[in-house]
Amino acid sequence: MNTYGVIARFDTPVALVHAAEKVRDAGFKDFDCHSPFPIHGMDDAMGLKRSKLGYVIGVMGLTGALFGFGLQTWIHSIEYPMNISGKPFFAYPAYAIITFELMVLFSAFGAVFGMMYFNSIPRFHHPVFYSDKFSRVTSDAFYVSIEISDPKYNEEEVKSFLEKMGGTDIEVLKDEN
Amino acid sequence: MLENKIKSKAEIRAEKLLPGNQNFTTITDDIAGVPESKKTPIQWWLLFGFALSLLAIFAGSVGFLIWEGTGIWGINNPVFWGWAIINFVWWVGIGHAGTLISAILHLFRQNWRNAINRFAETMTLFAVICALVFPGIHVGRIWVAYWFLPIPNQMGMWPNMRSPLIWDFFAVFTYFTVSLLFWYTGLIPDLATLRDRAKTNLKRKIYGFFALGWRGGNRQWQHYELAYLVLAGISTPLVLSVHSVVSSDFATSIIPGWHTTIFPPYFVAGAIYSGFGMVMTLSIIARKVYNLGHIITLEHLDKMAQIMLLTGCMVGYAYSMEFFVAWYSGNAYESFAFVNRALGPYWWGYWAMIFCNVVVPQFFWFERYRRHIPFLFITSILVNIGMWFERFVIVVITLHRDFMPGAWAMYNPTIFDVSIYIGTFGLFFTGFLLFLRFLPMVSIAEAKLVLPESNPHHGHEE
Repeated sequence: MNTYGVIARFDTPVALVHAAEKVRDAGFKDFDCHSPFPIHGMDDAMGLKRSKLGYVIGVMGLTGALFGFGLQTWIHSIEYPMNISGKPFFAYPAYAIITFELMVLFSAFGAVFGMMYFNSIPRFHHPVFYSDKFSRVTSDAFYVSIEISDPKYNEEEVKSFLEKMGGTDIEVLKDEN
Repeated sequence: MLENKIKSKAEIRAEKLLPGNQNFTTITDDIAGVPESKKTPIQWWLLFGFALSLLAIFAGSVGFLIWEGTGIWGINNPVFWGWAIINFVWWVGIGHAGTLISAILHLFRQNWRNAINRFAETMTLFAVICALVFPGIHVGRIWVAYWFLPIPNQMGMWPNMRSPLIWDFFAVFTYFTVSLLFWYTGLIPDLATLRDRAKTNLKRKIYGFFALGWRGGNRQWQHYELAYLVLAGISTPLVLSVHSVVSSDFATSIIPGWHTTIFPPYFVAGAIYSGFGMVMTLSIIARKVYNLGHIITLEHLDKMAQIMLLTGCMVGYAYSMEFFVAWYSGNAYESFAFVNRALGPYWWGYWAMIFCNVVVPQFFWFERYRRHIPFLFITSILVNIGMWFERFVIVVITLHRDFMPGAWAMYNPTIFDVSIYIGTFGLFFTGFLLFLRFLPMVSIAEAKLVLPESNPHHGHEE
């Protein structure tokens, strides 16, 4: 049987934020705060840095715009210049719309797939799922999890630490075999 | 501290939007309870059977169209754009409310949207699918519809990127893809809720697969929220661009009545107007069938009616401005096109449009009509009838009489025009009803954000 970490339940978003601040101040790094909805101010409470996703989306958007404009220019100026109702081959004002649409399309791909990359999902197995009670976290429960990979991890200390700050249903995450 | 302290703004708002004693648990139970329940309401089965029969009509008519060609439609010379284009513009227009509600109202932090955004986004998806059917089939030889795409081929043949018709293809295609991504991203936390509550192994596996292993950690929410915000940010100009591009199909031509610069904003306002009409129709039915009156409240319906009043007035302004400019331009053809709309052989189409889009929403100045459910239901249907006639006016009445009286003709739809239009309702409602049955129709995670206790800064005065 392997151990993966400790989880503790809190009753309200406020309690979870306070718990996160204490865990952060105690110097833990590999911990997470689980909630049914995003909680305002939690990033600061956990001491998280700003998400880098914005840069990914920016680069993708720029790529989309350049690709869109380049594709149209290449088609009508280089690959097959064709006179259609006397319109110029390099009719750049007419290219604005498809350039814009492809910029939006690529940014959206960047946002969604970038989010999946940073969140490492899809990932169907995670130690927190070994707890049966944890399943309430997507409905009305608020959990702190501290993982074994943290250098400060010590099972007994972490358990009493979480209990002292008001955590209930404290569980050690263990797999079945 | 005083027991009956003055209520904070957040509490007052929450009471209106989520009346009664609701907490995180009851919200989950109420919303997730619908797709989880073993018993499907009898009304659902009746509607689903009806939708499937319409879908059969759709499949039969489109099949015959592909076999026989577009000659089975009533299109002629000069009305070479008939119901197919009317229906395309109509469905795309309806699809606009979804993204408007989810994106623009999200950016403006309008929390009341949280009860209807999932609903509206789903409506958008199926409405855009219905819309995409028409450009797909109206090209006649649909087996070469992939020629829309810029694919390298042995003929060296490319789409004409300088044509509004290809802009339109890119705009609607992008709109569909982005709406799908937006919808699915919003759905991930809710799918995790359904996974965690699933009673059977199969359900847990299916919902779990699509939930992608979501575990609600803030390290996930952090990126998730940014992705959602950016999607909202890029969808906002996108939704405004889509109907503007659709309008350029008309506005870049030289036909009197089409060649105007007012078209893009006028089309966008009309699209939002009709989209809210459709959201209203569907949410009134769903809250009744599923007893969700405490989640989709009168407050929500009231706010939607206000947006319909606003956009209805914008559309009304556009109608009068078109007339003014036609007269002020001093152009005989332009003036004739508009007089012909109001007094020509299709006068009834024009006045049906004016009645439904300009007269009817004026009732929404009064609160009692904005909160009168049967009235709202009838109005919301009238709105979409009116918007259908608007596109009829633009497409058919404009084309049937242009410059030379020798080229004038009347337009008569055939049974296949009607059956394909009615058939798309089958496509729309089949998809929508399956959504209602298997997925949470209100965003569970976001509905909770309306409760004051979801904000950790709430009640921090002491």
